[in-house]
Amino acid sequence: MSAFMDRVGRMDRRWIYLAIALAVIIPLIARLSFPVITTPIVQNIFDKIDGMPEGSRMILSADFGPSTVPENMPMLQAVLRHALQKKLKVYLLTLWATGIPQLDAVEQNVLAKDFPDRLAGQDWVNLGYKAGNQGVINAAFSDFPGAFPVDSKGRDVRTLPIMEGVKRIADFNLIICIGSGFPGTKEWIQFGGDPSHVPVACGVTAVEAPLLYPYYPRQLLGLMGGLQGAAEYEAVLVKHYPEYEARSQEAIQRMGPQTVAHLVIIAFIVLGNLAFFAGGEWRGKRA
Amino acid sequence: MIRVTLPVLLTSVIGLLLVAAFFFRGMDRVNSDLSEYFNIIAAVAFILGGGNLVRMHLDKVQRRRPGWPYSIVTVVAFLFTLIAGLFKIGNAQGWTGPVEAQGSWFNFTYDAMFNPLQATMFSLLAFFVASASYRAFRARNVEATLLLGAALIILLGRTFVGGLLTSWLPERLAFLSIPNLSNWIMSTVNLAGARAIIIGIGLGVISTSLKIILGIERSYLGGRES
Repeated sequence: MSAFMDRVGRMDRRWIYLAIALAVIIPLIARLSFPVITTPIVQNIFDKIDGMPEGSRMILSADFGPSTVPENMPMLQAVLRHALQKKLKVYLLTLWATGIPQLDAVEQNVLAKDFPDRLAGQDWVNLGYKAGNQGVINAAFSDFPGAFPVDSKGRDVRTLPIMEGVKRIADFNLIICIGSGFPGTKEWIQFGGDPSHVPVACGVTAVEAPLLYPYYPRQLLGLMGGLQGAAEYEAVLVKHYPEYEARSQEAIQRMGPQTVAHLVIIAFIVLGNLAFFAGGEWRGKRA
Repeated sequence: MIRVTLPVLLTSVIGLLLVAAFFFRGMDRVNSDLSEYFNIIAAVAFILGGGNLVRMHLDKVQRRRPGWPYSIVTVVAFLFTLIAGLFKIGNAQGWTGPVEAQGSWFNFTYDAMFNPLQATMFSLLAFFVASASYRAFRARNVEATLLLGAALIILLGRTFVGGLLTSWLPERLAFLSIPNLSNWIMSTVNLAGARAIIIGIGLGVISTSLKIILGIERSYLGGRES
């Protein structure tokens, strides 16, 4: 037994890599999924959007690059579907140069497929990327069309019907940032939401979520943290709007591999500790 | 004298103006315009940054410093992307089309290289996290045991299994269920630590800003005058 635990304690890391690879690949192939229960911190975002009157204005900022697409994209798509379902006016934009393809992707996957009847420039607009990080939000605070003078197609935004009555950030009813770092949610709160008293919600990677809890619930009305947060939003969206069941399941599906991978990591942590105690190493360490 | 006094005076005036603009609504325009100036300066900084990147890596290649072949890859990738984007090579709409138009070399670079490389780098984290957790999360002392316990609860609490494991708990003990414990750790223990860090950073920013506005901190002038 002691020899076995000794071998466990000195396990080659490649066995761990193999176990993690299998823990992700097998559930992906088997399409393993688990029930998802929406927590209040995510439910708040859903309730806010669901309760907004038709024609309300919502900024949807996609501040992420390709590395976090598996976590952030399901959030972006689910929130956009919900907002368009409620007939809100959506202003898509990004403060990340690598965010442009993410906006193009939702244009193709959500706007063109699910809402072909909604008109660009009237019901939604893609304002594209603007360099300047928090400086852009600061400039948009008092002059939104000045900060985003043209849309992604190069059209003057002042000629678009959707921009009627939009002068500053205070003219919006909600800001949602789907992000994974700087500039992102923190900057939207500090330079956009707080000074203009516009509610801010966000969807961020699991790594960033703990850093944003201090802003919840007074400065941040809700937070989708990582894949779990995205799955929770998809679950509540599908529950209320079953017509999206076939298309809004990405995060729920990905939670299967994530759950198994978490269990494998826990098993390795337990094994490592058993080997640690069986080897008597802990006596020397604690002394 | 003028080389020091003028920039310090300019910095102080602009700094005070921006502080005032935050508190007085009538000064919104000043705030917005100065932010636009910042964006213009930041755009120029991109040119400086690009130039510096090429200079540093070419120097590394010339002197055959350790890892110099990677510098060649960096410079070639940088110049290729820059030229493909600036001249919109392969763009069906020519100069008038968007830089990231379908079919352009720039778009190809993003789709075929940047995108998969970034995704790969991030995916590797899962393997490193698993390996590092196995080696580092040992109950060596009280602090490490607390960290280990919190990590296990959060890991389980972020999945369906966490709820399942403690679903047998009676209603009056529901606060001990793994998802609730996980939420408590995030919204109470983590919150206290994160808030302390944010307040600390905020105080540091105020202190540094005041030193710059008052002309005490002058390292931005080039170091010699600090």
